[in-house]
Amino acid sequence: MSQAFRVPGHGRVDPARTVSFTFDGRRFQGQAGDTLASALLANGHHLMGRSFKYHRPRGAVSAGSDEPNALVAVGSGPALQTPNLRATQVELYEGLTAVSQNRFPSLKFDLGAVNTLAAPLLPAGFYYKTFMWPRSFWDRVYEPVIRRAAGLGVAPTAPDPDHYAFQYAHCDVLVAGAGPAGLAAALAAGRAGARVILAEETAEAGGSLLSDRTSRIDGRPAALWVADILAELAGLPNVRVLTRCTAFNYGPHNMVALNQRLSDHLADPAPDMPRERLWQVRAQEVVLAAGALERPLVFEGNDRPGVMLASAARTYLNRYGVACGRRAVIVTADDSAYRVALDLHAAGVTVAAIADLRPAPDSALVRAAQEAGLTVLPGTTVQRAHGGTRVHGVELARLLPDGSVGKGRHWRADLVLMSGGYTPSVHLFSQSRGKLVFDAELGVYVPGEPAERTRSAGACRGVYALACVLADGAAAGVAAAGAAGFAADAPAWTVDAADEPGRGGYAGALPRRGKGLLAMAFVDFQNDVTAKDVKLAVREGFQSIEHIKRYTTTGMATDQGKMSNVNALGIAADALGRPVEKVGLTTFRPPFTPVTFGAFASHARGDLFDPDRRTPIDPWARAQGAVFEDVGLWRRARYFPRGSEDMEAAVRRECLAVRGGVGIFDASTLGKIEVVGPDAATFMNRMYVNAWTKLGVGRCRYGLMCRENGFVYDDGVVGRIAQDRFHVTTTTGGAPGVLALMEDYLQTEWPELDVWLTSTTEEWAVIALQGPSARAVLAPLVDGLDISAEALPHMSLAEGTIGGVPMRLFRVSFTGELGFEINVPARHGRAVWQAIWDAGQGVGITPYGTETMHVLRAEKGYIIVGQETDGTATPDDAGCGWAVSKAKADFVGKRSLALPAMQAPDRKQLVGLLTEAAWEVLEEGAQLVARPDEAIPMRVLGHVTSSYFSATLGRSIALAMVSGGRARVGETLYVPMEGRTIAVTVTKPVFYDVEGARLNV
Amino acid sequence: MQLSHSEFALAPAAERRRFVLQARPATLDVAARALGLGDTFAMLAAAAAGAVTALRLGPQEVLLLLDPAGADDGLSALRAGLAGVAHSLVEVSDRQVGLDLSGALVEAALASLTSIDVAVAAFPVGMATRTLLGKADGVLWRTAPDRFRLEVWRSFAPYLSGLLDEAARDAVF
Amino acid sequence: MLLIRCPYCGERSEIEFANGGEAHIARPADPMSRTDEEWAQYLYMRDNPKGLIAERWRHAHGCNRFFNALRDTRTDRFVMTYEMGRPRPEIDAATAAEAAR
Ligand SMILES: [Zn+2]
Repeated sequence: MSQAFRVPGHGRVDPARTVSFTFDGRRFQGQAGDTLASALLANGHHLMGRSFKYHRPRGAVSAGSDEPNALVAVGSGPALQTPNLRATQVELYEGLTAVSQNRFPSLKFDLGAVNTLAAPLLPAGFYYKTFMWPRSFWDRVYEPVIRRAAGLGVAPTAPDPDHYAFQYAHCDVLVAGAGPAGLAAALAAGRAGARVILAEETAEAGGSLLSDRTSRIDGRPAALWVADILAELAGLPNVRVLTRCTAFNYGPHNMVALNQRLSDHLADPAPDMPRERLWQVRAQEVVLAAGALERPLVFEGNDRPGVMLASAARTYLNRYGVACGRRAVIVTADDSAYRVALDLHAAGVTVAAIADLRPAPDSALVRAAQEAGLTVLPGTTVQRAHGGTRVHGVELARLLPDGSVGKGRHWRADLVLMSGGYTPSVHLFSQSRGKLVFDAELGVYVPGEPAERTRSAGACRGVYALACVLADGAAAGVAAAGAAGFAADAPAWTVDAADEPGRGGYAGALPRRGKGLLAMAFVDFQNDVTAKDVKLAVREGFQSIEHIKRYTTTGMATDQGKMSNVNALGIAADALGRPVEKVGLTTFRPPFTPVTFGAFASHARGDLFDPDRRTPIDPWARAQGAVFEDVGLWRRARYFPRGSEDMEAAVRRECLAVRGGVGIFDASTLGKIEVVGPDAATFMNRMYVNAWTKLGVGRCRYGLMCRENGFVYDDGVVGRIAQDRFHVTTTTGGAPGVLALMEDYLQTEWPELDVWLTSTTEEWAVIALQGPSARAVLAPLVDGLDISAEALPHMSLAEGTIGGVPMRLFRVSFTGELGFEINVPARHGRAVWQAIWDAGQGVGITPYGTETMHVLRAEKGYIIVGQETDGTATPDDAGCGWAVSKAKADFVGKRSLALPAMQAPDRKQLVGLLTEAAWEVLEEGAQLVARPDEAIPMRVLGHVTSSYFSATLGRSIALAMVSGGRARVGETLYVPMEGRTIAVTVTKPVFYDVEGARLNV
Repeated sequence: MQLSHSEFALAPAAERRRFVLQARPATLDVAARALGLGDTFAMLAAAAAGAVTALRLGPQEVLLLLDPAGADDGLSALRAGLAGVAHSLVEVSDRQVGLDLSGALVEAALASLTSIDVAVAAFPVGMATRTLLGKADGVLWRTAPDRFRLEVWRSFAPYLSGLLDEAARDAVF
Repeated sequence: MLLIRCPYCGERSEIEFANGGEAHIARPADPMSRTDEEWAQYLYMRDNPKGLIAERWRHAHGCNRFFNALRDTRTDRFVMTYEMGRPRPEIDAATAAEAAR
């Protein structure tokens, strides 16, 4: 029969809307408003997964995000399946498909369950003890086997087709948790006019009130009071209520991260709907109203499906209209379980017995249970639960006055409920660096002195009675609003018929008859940690709770001790013979619950992963079929293949075209900084190794910049536009760093200098025209400007126009040929490029890319910072010692260059390398040694930094940094490669036009 | 999904010439007077008169946006006022582009990109500041309650337009 | 994400800033007159205190100005920020204790 455990008249699910879903391939029905867990339980289906280590059959133990057992994968297909979701949080929708995890071949019959039989072989610290040696076994044997056997769920294999939203938010008061305390706080602050964000983890605000059929607030049933409050909040424009939204990280300075699930609960979400939204909320004040979690009891078989938290059974009954069984036995150390018993009893569930660990429980609730005719067994404990894939009975036994356990009696039950009392949810408070203090009366840790502007309210600080919770929440809301500058009045409500739970609770493993350890009494269900494991860890010498946590893995991973923490502490304290508060507490780490990677990535994927920077000339290059490469964030044309050319062929052709005629190159990505002010030359003198004072207006100079440690940082041509104005160029990738370094010195060390820096990288499109025919192509275009060798010699600049467009024209060369760099305002770059292109058709003008640029400069021995240099090369090492001014008293890096180590003769220096075979192109990064038969470990003398085939020279060339390299010119060195060794001759690093005749034409 | 114009619109801003003026604060005061923009440029605020709009982005930095029609007069006045006084004036007309953002979702879309509070109480009309938008810098200037001007370096415009468009569409949900 | 008060722009999130390391380490006026040892001290040695540090920040994605801050490295709590060029402020015991909290 379908949904045989549904209780009519109970719950907030919609009885009129039946929803079909499949679990492990089997079809089920539930109702709209169900979670996957509640719907399965409505069908009497408790078995929802297998445990992590022992593959024990497991069912839902809770009804919320603290669920350790019922982990499922939802969705289907290689991309759409999401693993490790809690069935207790998965909202049902038509057609939902879910499968259980950690089972093979099926959930009911699982081969991994033999691990249970092998449990004595899998004690605490098992991995540490077993897989230590031999070391060589780790990668190939141990790790793959462990990974297959263990692990939570299976990651999807295809890219995530969903998209995820991201939002910063700012508010006066952030309230985490919309139970009674959170609602009261949000209302108090909202009424005062504060900007409030109220974040609720579940689908519906109300918290415990949604499971409460007895309490009345201002005479209204609790759930209706919730609706009233929500209606008022909805009418306040300054209040935002976010459901399905978990506060999972409390960062410094009141920045709290929320994860809002937008579409997972929908059968048919709108096509553009983001799946989740990550919020980063900066709050003036925070109210934590995270509630409390009920603790399980630690006894043999406490993990059998059908053994649950008492509060969970109440939630399933009252919120979802589901009876979790027909015949219940309740074991408790706390009054609240009596309310559960009464609710179940009223709903027709047989409550066979209530075993109370306390010798003489006495409260209104206890008496109510007795008056209802329920069997209350004071001073009684549970010895074990019986069953396999479902519990079918328990053994209860008297706790004798001497502390021992009496003879047991079997009780038949298909539902065993446990209540070890409540643990305040202090995770977020702890993440915020707030100090936790042990409350001896409650036996738990509660928030103490906060470190942030935050306050806790209600059950998360150990306040449990409903009237007190509402007052506490309201007071927290008033205080938070007040601290944020909003005067507020505390709303007040009268509460009646609410239970007044007495203080109770239990921490640790339950007493057992006889001696021996508890083999299968679980402390941490998710990590399969037993009471025995914790005791063993102590016996083996672990004293610190942090060490015990790591050794046993209790409270690790996604659970973060929600359910296990206090019991583990209790057992450890018992074994250590110390009071709980002396044992300490492990750190609660974010996230509170797992967050998808997609939410963290949000928009940063695909085309929007990074800015994709393109030059004004990029569309032309694309139209020409250029092949591009990424340089930093820029996209640059690498080469322009013709027909079926590969890169090698294209680059050879492009190189020959530049050397033989003229090539055109897009240099727009070069960094540019305008240095302006009366002290501009002084500043340049200090920043660069070169001397600038005597550089005339209209002249250019190669500039080399070091960091203070004396190592080359950047380079580029600098032109003097005016006495007080320099046009500085940097490498493409170095532009932001150079500007930042300049600002650093200017603002920190030399604030007295009247000079200012402006990035002009994107102001100018830069067209490099290089080759012997360059002048002939350009001269007719520059509106009468004289660009003859006499008027515009190598390393000079002129301002003018080109086709009426303003231009800064640099006569510079990074190819060794006659060259110009035409700077025009970016919007005109494409048109000016086209005009030059058209003008060059008669002489075979050829576009070339970065690859050809690299080859041409290597033929000339020009370095590329970051390729020849690696952050440990001085100007002299890089062959640029000539650029360093000897006359200047100081510049950035000068003092460091005077250190003895910076002048050692064995420093790596720039050299050229020639292979014996002209066709042989060395690998960049290859190492250089002195002898062909060098023994391992070889003494490495240097490495190849650049290596190309030079079409101009008809042979390969390479640049290298070699220890004492300049003194080795003429020597033969060796490049050991896989299977062979290549002999190379060390040369000077200039291979072509050594005297520079081609430049000065 | 297509957003309506009243929800979110992103359009190129009207043509402007742009200059970065940098100088010591007292000199910037001189510049403000020379341009007829009062005695000082208020920090993180826009000031406008005639063809000139000035955005004070830092203690020593002002971004000038000039209507091309009256730009030369404004520049002449500025140069005259600052003659002989140390300063830096650099044209960046082509360095960046202006985008006009408007619509009911504009705050939500921007809140997806920048960590600063763009609610009108915290970011009133007339406020202007540089900030980090996603992974790109931009200057954000509120020109009306539901309208912002975004000035970004030219090559970052497609990225920011794409990001804003996606963020605005997400903001519907 | 820290909340940092730029002296010029007000409070902004850490993502807009770049940390510039320990403050008040003046570059020697005449580096060449320093011994190798003194120069190495200047270049490389930093206090790295557990407690209050005076450090530089640059509002890199804002007004582009460097400024100084006093921060407790244990708690990430800022005592104050102040303009470059001002000496490190004296902090009373109560303020320091609050920062350490
Ligand atoms: Zn600032």
